[in-house]
Amino acid sequence: MPAIETENLTKTYGSLIAVDHISFEVRTGEVFALLGPNGAGKTTTIRMLTGLTRPTAGDARVLGFDLRRDLPRIKKHIGVVPERSNLYDELSAFDNLVFAMQLYGVPRRERGARADELLRRFRLEGKRDVPFARLSRGMRRALTLAAALVHRPRLLFLDEPTVGLDVVSAHGLRALIERLRGEGVTIFLTTHYLEEAERLADRVALLVQGHIVALDTVEGLKARVRRGSTVEVHLVGAAGEERLCFHGEDTEAALRLALAHAEAEGKQVVTINTLQPTLEEAFIELTGLSAEVMLAEKGSSNVA
Amino acid sequence: MWRDDLRGIFYIALKDMRAYYLKPPNISWGILFPGALILAFAIRTPGDLRVLAPGLVTMTALFSATSMEAIVITFERRTGALERLMLAPITLPAMLAGKVLGGVLFGLAISAVVLVGVTAGFGLAAWRLAPAFLALLLSTAAFSALGALVSVAVREVFEAQTLANLLRFPMIFLCGVFVPLSRLPAVLQVLARALPLTYAVEAVEAALLGTPGWPMAFDLAVLAGFTALLFALAAVILRRRLD
Ligand SMILES: Nc1ncnc2c1ncn2[C@@H]1O[C@H](COP(=O)(O)OP(=O)(O)O)[C@@H](O)[C@H]1O
Ligand SMILES: [Mg+2]
Repeated sequence: MPAIETENLTKTYGSLIAVDHISFEVRTGEVFALLGPNGAGKTTTIRMLTGLTRPTAGDARVLGFDLRRDLPRIKKHIGVVPERSNLYDELSAFDNLVFAMQLYGVPRRERGARADELLRRFRLEGKRDVPFARLSRGMRRALTLAAALVHRPRLLFLDEPTVGLDVVSAHGLRALIERLRGEGVTIFLTTHYLEEAERLADRVALLVQGHIVALDTVEGLKARVRRGSTVEVHLVGAAGEERLCFHGEDTEAALRLALAHAEAEGKQVVTINTLQPTLEEAFIELTGLSAEVMLAEKGSSNVA
Repeated sequence: MWRDDLRGIFYIALKDMRAYYLKPPNISWGILFPGALILAFAIRTPGDLRVLAPGLVTMTALFSATSMEAIVITFERRTGALERLMLAPITLPAMLAGKVLGGVLFGLAISAVVLVGVTAGFGLAAWRLAPAFLALLLSTAAFSALGALVSVAVREVFEAQTLANLLRFPMIFLCGVFVPLSRLPAVLQVLARALPLTYAVEAVEAALLGTPGWPMAFDLAVLAGFTALLFALAAVILRRRLD
């Protein structure tokens, strides 16, 4: 059974089509990324799948339950980390986790221990009694993720998990997400960072203006960009040094060309690198959008 | 499912209590403001202070039950925290009921303190506390539901505060807190009959100074009706707002 199945899922706001007949499947246990620029419809997709907003058309099954009929049952087994870290400013880190457990019916005697265990795991044990409002942005993000895990969900939705975080916090959070995957939690995340999708996701759907324009593994998406392989060589000879790229059917063919060139020129090969096509190139080719659309927003976003 | 809902109602009320209500400014404001109003009135129009007791208790209930209730949903919608409740496995009416219960508990606690003080101060019979408490229970339910309606009807916290005052202050002057209804012009009497505070004052008055009997039971029934109506309206509006 797939973790998520959608069929022509659609959401319109007046005349605006935010999400336009998207159909996809998320497999149990995988990390699935919805990658797209701001306004593509990523958040709207998550809001539909988590019951925060009703689809205008189309169907979806989440964890095998029908989204329209079985929402209460779905809610028990999913965890959601929204775009904005939205715990209660007034409550301490510990109390925020306990309240989340109360809402999800975690038995009273387990709550304290589980909250402390989560705090430890997210390196927040020192902030146990500090109000949410007084935590740093990265800590707020981590605690919001912890609060989404209190009921041990089988499926976790993460909406732009690292937006607005400094490099170190973002790195730490990604490591945590990787660990969750290792524990068998299915993860559906949205991002407009190419590297994030590349680093975390098993499969990536490219979403542009409400449409899925491509859906594949990261490797598969890259492979669509450029056939063959490229090597870069650093050559040194009597006449000086040079860096050259050679393109061939596969890495071996490219390498042969490079060596033949070195031989003919009487140069020595100092280093050889194989150049992988990047997800960025795939993105540009598949969406027709420039990668700047995605990268330009990096510094400007300050949600969380 | 109903067990999830019941649990949700209880813990949401408890959480709101800890996060918002039990802050010192809230508590003191809830008691001091109605007290100051009554004091000012008593000094200007001396007479039997005892007749002001029901008004004082009921006004305290009105202000304490709505002070936070009227802004809490607006506030949590702005911060995004309300979404957490929508994601939890509880229904929307249960979530709203949790919010309303928070207002009821706080309103009851504060007005009960004033009730006990007034009963002791005027040397009223102790048995009157029981019917008066019942009247306060239904009054705070209606007031808290009114607060919730205000809270879901607007977008910004300051709008909620303005709207709440726009409703509360005319009610104080129309609904028999200071001046008995019978001394108002007929038109205003009709208007007063459309407001929950009128029935709350009548019920508390019957409990404290009169005979708690059938007229009081009628007041309580009307208050229950107001609660149901205001709650249903708030739930409908909230559902629309969230989609
Ligand atoms: N509640 C709403 N009302 C009207 N338009 C909306 C609403 N939510 C989202 N939109 C619009 O839908 C489109 C997709 O938004 P969103 O899903 O938030 O994109 P993303 O998360 O990919 O940045 C945008 O054009 C946005 O302005
Ligand atoms: Mg978004």
